[in-house]
Amino acid sequence: MQVSIALNGATSEHEVEPRLLLVHYLRDVAGLTGTNVGCDTSSCGACTVLLDGMSVKSCTVLAVQADGRAVTTIEGLATNGELHPMQAAFREHHGLQCGFCTPGMVLAAVSLAAEGGAGDEAAVREGLEGNLCRCTGYQNIVAAVLDGANGNGVRS
Amino acid sequence: MTAVMGTVMGTSLRRKEDPRLLTGEARFVDDLVLPGARWLAMVRSPEAHARITAIDATAALDTPGVEAVLTGKELREAWTQPMPCAWPVTDDMKNPVHFPVAVDEACYVGDIVAVVVASSRYAARDGAEAVDVTYERLPAVVDLEDALSDRVLVHEGLGTNRSYTWTLAPDPPAVDRAFAGAAHTVRARYVQQRLIPEAMEPRGVAVVPQPVGGEIVLYSSTQIPHILRVMVGLTLGIPEQKVRIIAPAVGGGFGSKLNVYAEELIAVALARRLGGPVRWTEERRENAVATIQGRGQIQDIELAADADGKVTAVRVQILADMGAYLQLVTPGIPLLGAFLYHGVYAIPAYSFECTGVFTTKTPTDAYRGAGRPEASYAIERAMDEMAHEIGLAPDEIRRRNYIQPEQFPYASPAGLTFDSGDYEPTLDRALELVGYEGIRKEQADRRASGSTRHLGVGMATYVEMCGLAPSRVLASLNYVAGGWESATVRLLPTGKAQVVSGTTPHGQGHETCWSMIVADKFGIDPDDVEVLHSDTAVSPLGLDTYGSRSLAVGGVAVELAAQKVLDKARLIAAHQMEANEDDLEFVGGAFQVKGSPASAVPIQALAFEAFTAHNLPDGMEPNLAEQVTFDPPNFVFPFGTHAAVVEVDEETGEIRLLDYAAVDDCGNQVNPMIVAGQLHGGIVQGIAQALWEEAVYDEDGQLLNATLVDYLVPTAAELPNFKLDHTVTPSPTNSLGVKGVGEAGTIGSAPTIINAVVDALSHLGIRDVTMPATPQRVWKLIEEAKAR
Ligand code: FES
Ligand code: FES
Repeated sequence: MQVSIALNGATSEHEVEPRLLLVHYLRDVAGLTGTNVGCDTSSCGACTVLLDGMSVKSCTVLAVQADGRAVTTIEGLATNGELHPMQAAFREHHGLQCGFCTPGMVLAAVSLAAEGGAGDEAAVREGLEGNLCRCTGYQNIVAAVLDGANGNGVRS
Repeated sequence: MTAVMGTVMGTSLRRKEDPRLLTGEARFVDDLVLPGARWLAMVRSPEAHARITAIDATAALDTPGVEAVLTGKELREAWTQPMPCAWPVTDDMKNPVHFPVAVDEACYVGDIVAVVVASSRYAARDGAEAVDVTYERLPAVVDLEDALSDRVLVHEGLGTNRSYTWTLAPDPPAVDRAFAGAAHTVRARYVQQRLIPEAMEPRGVAVVPQPVGGEIVLYSSTQIPHILRVMVGLTLGIPEQKVRIIAPAVGGGFGSKLNVYAEELIAVALARRLGGPVRWTEERRENAVATIQGRGQIQDIELAADADGKVTAVRVQILADMGAYLQLVTPGIPLLGAFLYHGVYAIPAYSFECTGVFTTKTPTDAYRGAGRPEASYAIERAMDEMAHEIGLAPDEIRRRNYIQPEQFPYASPAGLTFDSGDYEPTLDRALELVGYEGIRKEQADRRASGSTRHLGVGMATYVEMCGLAPSRVLASLNYVAGGWESATVRLLPTGKAQVVSGTTPHGQGHETCWSMIVADKFGIDPDDVEVLHSDTAVSPLGLDTYGSRSLAVGGVAVELAAQKVLDKARLIAAHQMEANEDDLEFVGGAFQVKGSPASAVPIQALAFEAFTAHNLPDGMEPNLAEQVTFDPPNFVFPFGTHAAVVEVDEETGEIRLLDYAAVDDCGNQVNPMIVAGQLHGGIVQGIAQALWEEAVYDEDGQLLNATLVDYLVPTAAELPNFKLDHTVTPSPTNSLGVKGVGEAGTIGSAPTIINAVVDALSHLGIRDVTMPATPQRVWKLIEEAKAR
């Protein structure tokens, strides 16, 4: 099947198998390896991307379901070499260590903030429940998301 | 914040590593683009123990894209040696022969029995599912005491499931005397359940061979490229210099990537055989059985105390679950805790014994803390027991028994020398942070009111030995390698610095911290320092990252190498300024005649002079580049006190973590932001052991919770913010005064939580809760207590 996806602002068109998962489309077909795969049970959130601005686990979506829609991956978040405020906030608050969960975590946070769900610590903790991090213990991620949601990430 | 020295160290400099990780530019193994690479998939035993009677690959070979299926028999001649175990803890230790692919018998669920080679990831997986293996089922043995009875043998040929018994008993009669004369004794059994490390990046391997020259490049998500290179050479009979290992971005390890894995060796063997690149990426479900697990101990601990509550002796016996085979350092893990069962207390009489036991389960090995969380848990739980026995408050018994500041360096009863410590201030501060007095009062009020939401406060003071390790001490423990670390520091012609480190970061921020050390030394910007690592062609000397060693050994090597560069630069400066070197001072990145800023020559200019070599002192070699190998004279001994407040709901058994404070002392802090991050993550892994995580096996040796749906890695929603503070007691044994911090959080947190849970329920007559303290388990304990 033919898909046409507005991928990080550019049109991405490919012939794909109907069973191809979006995450594999992104990584193997489009060559965007920033989106990671951490599990096989849609539990970890490492594969989170934005589909029409809302976060989805790209291991639970077929590439064909993204046809005609807009997908933002971590590669599409920074503009003109400048980190997005949420990315900058993660750096500012040391919200990442090994960085494997980070692309998914940042995109989940961007979506959470856009939905107005990042108002306080409890909301952020609940809102990020679908994204696992084994390194940080979440405290600095939560601080980063609260700050980034206000557009306060110190741009670097 | 505590500055070590200079202007950069001691600050929370934001990490250099972050931009590439935040933008998706970082490359993990599975991200590598390798045109033409074949994919491997492992056929794994679904049985815990079985003879392999037949392997039929017909259907697999008919699967589109599948090129080959290789069995253990067919690959047998690829190995010149079995899988390595680098820690034969006793001379008579039993170590079953273990090849990367099982030949006749599978000994745990997940043991590899065949390998599929295919043109794509999916074809390889489809092929693996189509391989038809016939097993003759053998009995499994899961329980440690059952295994020790030898009712069922894991390895028939060994004649026993006992791998070894290792003893540390400097003076057994003294221990016996202490118990005989004790006013109080306690005896307890604690179970350290098996844990799955669950680094978020599953393992990955990619091998690119150069068939003509014979070189191979192995990309692996490993913590130990240097050790792996030696082992790949030995196991496959490849000259070591032909093997290059690269650990690209690595997504967490926690000890689970401190190993030499079958898949790494299989990929190298097949890449050589096929003459082209091959790759493999682990799936999460596979990771649960194919990557090592942690803990797995039964601990029997006894304490003796006098009438004043001074603890006089500790006696410990441990059964340690090895799993089916000995991986790289499996048998040595309990030894890393063996010296620490007296904890932070001056307990004169000491006896420790550990027996390693084979079971038909995934091998165990290092997981965050490796032996030390177990030790800290046992002594800190037992101290609470002793406090209860005597009728002392838990903080009071600790105060009465702490090793006192003036006793350092402290000659421990287990034979170590503790470098430095001052324990009581960390207890005071931790209790202050959780509002200890207030909590006690509220606890009493709730109990008086008959509330069913029981409040508890728990504490634990830990000490650990890290900074692995003095090579001679490792020799005395039968470990086959040393514990040094290497660093090279270069000043390039343009005055920029380059550091080559033998440590292998996978989240710890070495690029940032090593840059800070060098920036301060030379008075330059940390952004002008480049740190190279994790590639044996770039950094040929190193012993990698584990055991909270990177800063205390590797970072110190960086500091020493930078100092050597500076010393040489001083000679060049003195020569060119025609001054006596003793008359020079190094200020703001430049040498000058003391008190004479006008004479200043910046370090960058000296770097260029060293490069051109036009005007150097007679006999001096050109360039500013120095290599140092630092073999630490001792371990370092970080410590701290953690305190937690929990609420246990009597109706449901649910535990809510209301407050958590950690006051840690890792000596001087190079980057307090990174220290705090290490503590946060470490604390959560310990809390997770206390409350949620356990690899659950049934009696047939099947892992029941292999997926992340069933294995409860904590999410942000279950956790509070932690209150952190620190004290600073520098280590006198290294030039930076630093200690390790990567494992400290994990070592302190599990006993803190369980002490708090038991404290909450103590008025019901409950004295222990087995980890993980799940709601079902706690509810059942409460029901039983009420029925008594
Ligand atoms: S890869 Fe884990 S949720 Fe998608
Ligand atoms: S930073 Fe390593 S898993 Fe989140």
